[in-house]
Amino acid sequence: MSNRKTKIGVARFWGTNCDYDVKKWVELAGYEADFLWFQDQFNINDYESIIIPGGFSYGDYLRCGALAARSPVMKSVREFAEKGKPVLGICNGFQILCEAGLLPGALVRNEKQKFQDRIIDLEVKNISSYFFRTSANTGSTQIKLPIAHGEGRFYGSADDLKKIQDNNQVWMKYTGNVNGSLNEIAGVKSLKHNVFGLMPHPERALYSWMGSGDGFLFLPEVGA
Amino acid sequence: MSKIIGIKIMPRDVLLDSQGRTVASHLQSEGLKVNDCRIGKYIELEFNDGAATPAEIEKILKNGLYNPLIEKYEVLET
Repeated sequence: MSNRKTKIGVARFWGTNCDYDVKKWVELAGYEADFLWFQDQFNINDYESIIIPGGFSYGDYLRCGALAARSPVMKSVREFAEKGKPVLGICNGFQILCEAGLLPGALVRNEKQKFQDRIIDLEVKNISSYFFRTSANTGSTQIKLPIAHGEGRFYGSADDLKKIQDNNQVWMKYTGNVNGSLNEIAGVKSLKHNVFGLMPHPERALYSWMGSGDGFLFLPEVGA
Repeated sequence: MSKIIGIKIMPRDVLLDSQGRTVASHLQSEGLKVNDCRIGKYIELEFNDGAATPAEIEKILKNGLYNPLIEKYEVLET
């Protein structure tokens, strides 16, 4: 048996600002984390999963996530995802994965223009083996997480929305209208259910004094 | 000699443009006679003479300059 810890790669771009939060989060859950610089590609065999944290990559120039989605590190992320390995995008990371075409839909400016920054209620749908497990005690799929975004309104054409629904790709739903997202979608998965994106920030919900401790539900137990 | 190609990018008609809606509602509250407002962006690309072929411009547009899911574009020669 190897003592080597399971490694998660955390991508960083110019303007990423949740990188240390994500690193701390995965390390507290027992993983090892490496930062992956956006100008470099990486060896896809070195990591068990990849997380793309939130922030304002490239200063949100052109469109949120548009330039980051076309950077070298994303070539490796695409190769990683095509092998069926798990990728998670949080907030700006979700926008990047949509712009890269690894997730369906787009994230546009909130319906009411207001930057939404608070703790909200979510319902988890279509749980996969990665990046979410039901709470062992309660089996609950109702969770609380903080959001912090100005452009988090999920948009897809009627056809896209039908496909997302029919293929069980809806992952997280707000329990009310938070930002004008179609069908209250807060997070989606890829067709193969291995690429995940959500606007809320699980890495900012680690203990009850933070308003919620549900963030740890997202990381599979090490060795499980 | 160089040539400038303008690209006009607008939110697709089906998409709610919350920025434009806010500006329209502001203008209306000032008593100005505006029915609606939509806000897009204008991009200028500079090329060496002869480099701005339709094929090259299409390649640039497909390389992320606009997102076909939410935006439409128009190429304007200047």
